[in-house]
Amino acid sequence: MTAEAVPTQALAWFKEIDLHAVPRVGGKGASLGELRRAGITIPDGFVLTTDAFRLFMAPLRQQLQLEPRIAALQGKDNTTLNSECAQIRAALTRHQCPPELQKAISTAWQELSENGKHAVAVRSSATSEDGADASFAGLQDTYLWVQSEAAMLEAVKLCWASLYNAESVSYRLRLAVAEAQLAMAVVIQRMVNSYCSGVMFTRSPTTGDRSVITLEGSWGLGSAIVSGEVTPDKYVINKITREITRRDIGCKLMAHVPAPNGGVLEQEVEADRQQQPCLQDAQILALAEIAKQVERHYGKPQDIEWALDQDGNILLLQSRPETVWANKDTAPVAKPAAKPFDHIFKVMGGKR
Amino acid sequence: MKLNPFPKPTSIGPVAGAENWQSMYPYFTHVQPEDDQRFWFYNSMHFSEPMSAFDMITAETAYHAMGAYMTRVFAFPTAMGIDYRVINGRVYITANTVTDPAKIQERLELFQQRAGHYYENWDKFYGEWEQRMLGLIRDMNAIKVPELPEYEDEAVVMQQRGTAQNHLVRTSYHRTIELYSQMWHHHFEMLMLGYGAYVVFFQFCKQAFPEITDQSVARMVAGIDVLMFRPDDELKKLARLAVELQLGDIFTSDGNPAVILPAVKARGAAGAQWLKALETAREPWFNISIGDGFYHYERSWNDDLSVPLSALPHYIDLVKQGVSLDRPTERLKQEREHIINEYRSLLGSDDEKAAFDQMLGVCHMVFPYVENHKFYCEHWLTTSFFNKVREFGTLLNRFGVIDEQSDIFQLHYTEVEQVLANVMNSWAAGSPPANLQHWKTIVKERRAMLKVLAQWQAPPAIGPMPANIEDPALQMLWGITTETLHRWAMPPGADTGEIKGYAASAGVVEGIARVLRSINDFGEVQEGDILVCPVTHPSWSPLFSKLKAAVSDIGGTMSHMAIVAREYGMPAVVGTGEATKRIKNGQRIRVDGDRGVVTILDEAA
Repeated sequence: MTAEAVPTQALAWFKEIDLHAVPRVGGKGASLGELRRAGITIPDGFVLTTDAFRLFMAPLRQQLQLEPRIAALQGKDNTTLNSECAQIRAALTRHQCPPELQKAISTAWQELSENGKHAVAVRSSATSEDGADASFAGLQDTYLWVQSEAAMLEAVKLCWASLYNAESVSYRLRLAVAEAQLAMAVVIQRMVNSYCSGVMFTRSPTTGDRSVITLEGSWGLGSAIVSGEVTPDKYVINKITREITRRDIGCKLMAHVPAPNGGVLEQEVEADRQQQPCLQDAQILALAEIAKQVERHYGKPQDIEWALDQDGNILLLQSRPETVWANKDTAPVAKPAAKPFDHIFKVMGGKR
Repeated sequence: MKLNPFPKPTSIGPVAGAENWQSMYPYFTHVQPEDDQRFWFYNSMHFSEPMSAFDMITAETAYHAMGAYMTRVFAFPTAMGIDYRVINGRVYITANTVTDPAKIQERLELFQQRAGHYYENWDKFYGEWEQRMLGLIRDMNAIKVPELPEYEDEAVVMQQRGTAQNHLVRTSYHRTIELYSQMWHHHFEMLMLGYGAYVVFFQFCKQAFPEITDQSVARMVAGIDVLMFRPDDELKKLARLAVELQLGDIFTSDGNPAVILPAVKARGAAGAQWLKALETAREPWFNISIGDGFYHYERSWNDDLSVPLSALPHYIDLVKQGVSLDRPTERLKQEREHIINEYRSLLGSDDEKAAFDQMLGVCHMVFPYVENHKFYCEHWLTTSFFNKVREFGTLLNRFGVIDEQSDIFQLHYTEVEQVLANVMNSWAAGSPPANLQHWKTIVKERRAMLKVLAQWQAPPAIGPMPANIEDPALQMLWGITTETLHRWAMPPGADTGEIKGYAASAGVVEGIARVLRSINDFGEVQEGDILVCPVTHPSWSPLFSKLKAAVSDIGGTMSHMAIVAREYGMPAVVGTGEATKRIKNGQRIRVDGDRGVVTILDEAA
């Protein structure tokens, strides 16, 4: 490995990756690359791959005697576990990036943020496909509206360090996951200053119906909905007829907006906008079309995060397979009968 | 919210001025104390007006036939027939069910064998059915009502017939009633089997797609080539021909045939050509009732040419503007295919897809019968039947027992039998009928009572409220669900400014409400109005070309309004139960055909 080649592999732009890259860029990163390939508009960005993580960690492993130290935690009490983990995390966040990696990140960040003009989001991207793998339990770190290079680097280190929170470590110990194989990718993506944003499911979360799209939206950044702090507007759209079959306009008391010095701020919504729908019908239908496109691309129902920027452009921030209903074993509603009208006998005879 | 109980049947008192209403209807239609134990609902979909004594036959014979086919002929496993009662002139019904599992099993075996025979031979039987109906209509029209002249026809003597024609008065009358009853038996011969196919497919769709709307299912089921569209199509053809022959200026919105037809005739060859086309269209397509065929006063277009003629000027205008009047059948077919394919593709397994194909296939097999039977039964034969009864009315009037021909409809059909006997004897005895005033007094009283009863607000449901309504047929045909019951039971004052019904055709528009109660008010409708009416009938189709949206009190997603509105691509909400009561003519309203909600926007108007 030459010093030049390493950072190139340590960093991948969305345009260079697709779903096959999951082991290297994590589920979140791969899914964004895949969306882009499918022709969906997403905010641009890059991923610090698992190679970047390993590059960053290599000197630390020696220095901290990481593997024996963690192995020694097996069977230890919570206090010991917590304090050891805190020390490891602190060491990680203090540790300087190797210069060639730092340079690569810095160059990419300058390009993405246009030298700091645009804020970015920094998110952990677990390398297990659906994020459900035990070794990543609870690791959904997201740092929004990061405005400087220094803050971005700090957020990246915090994402990496989160692998060593007590919960995660004790999980790994219990399941005997080898420390040497441990790795995490981090997504760095241009922030959208959302006019409104929200989530979409390409099937009904309440009934599992695959012929409808459920859409939720609220003012400002999507974190307000995802964290459940606001009652969003809710729409149900028929995939086939494009009818909007349900509209429940929520009372949207607050919104997440960018804070002046980075990060996100909770802001009260003016009284006259609280019960005003955040989307127009044309926008609802456009979102539904995109949801259908994504579902078609993946071949299975999706759970999508979307945003509408201040210019009215629709962008997707994330798409992942819907898991709740997908895991429910649904028996077929009916099977073919010997004669077509036998179905009538079954129903009329109270058999179904 | 606490719901109000429905009134008990026996607690409903008479309306002032119509205290004697029960005298119009047979004793077995009167409410008895034990009826309080059962749930009944007002069948406003078929009987939206108080029943004149004679018109009660449309309920009686229909329920006799329907019940027979469900209970006795096919032995539907869980459902038997309908019981009916009359309260203040309105028809209340209740459905009888089978709950004993052993009985259901016993009936299921019969049902499979008997219904299976029909399903197996459906298309063949439907073809034969149509021929039988045409024969029945011919027979009805051929019935000769004896004239009872001064002297009997010489042929009775020369051909030694052995019966004088007062005997034939009874024979002909019985035949008239019999053929009408026969029509209702034919009507239900295949209908409930057809509905059965719909119900099964609806249920499958609701299970596979819990949030599917009724209208989406209806759109997959509905066929495009339906007889009930023909009369309107014929009118459009006549409009085009009128423009082509430069006769457009003759037609006026009052549609008075006495003025229009001679004016057309006066245009020489062009006029003759148009009149010939009119004659061709009239048989059989103008044998369409202006209603749904349940009341004697709902005449056919042929009986009252002013109805179709008055629709012509608007169509002629559209033709002149270059608007195509053709039904967009290709588009409708493509839309239907699209919806079917999309839903099908969302099904989870090949098994489900195969079952879906089978069930939908049966729906498509039964659809032509389910839709087309109406033209033969409720429209063509029924208007012929009432016309035949009118001939008896003429006879009675000639003998002075009633003041005018149509008074015969104020007598129950069993009472007509008595009056005919009086006339038969009068002719034979050579003296005036006895007690000439008897029925005249009664007719006067009944006419007055019907006027009063028409104003009565019939409660939509009476008796104990069922915990829920599980019968999908009730929802599909009458638009009644558990939710409907709750709405009916809502205490007054729970008014939200919103009127809920069924989303029958998609889209959201706002506009001026035009509340119409009958076809006679058509003239009031302006371009771009929103129609608000109790229920629409196929003969109202010409109206839809002027409308922006439509709202009805009664009807489900397979109702006429729903089907026509979807074809015109206009939003519609059906089965609101109360739109004509709450919306005032000229008010601004919003019709949300996606959600099935009508909102009154301007309460003041």
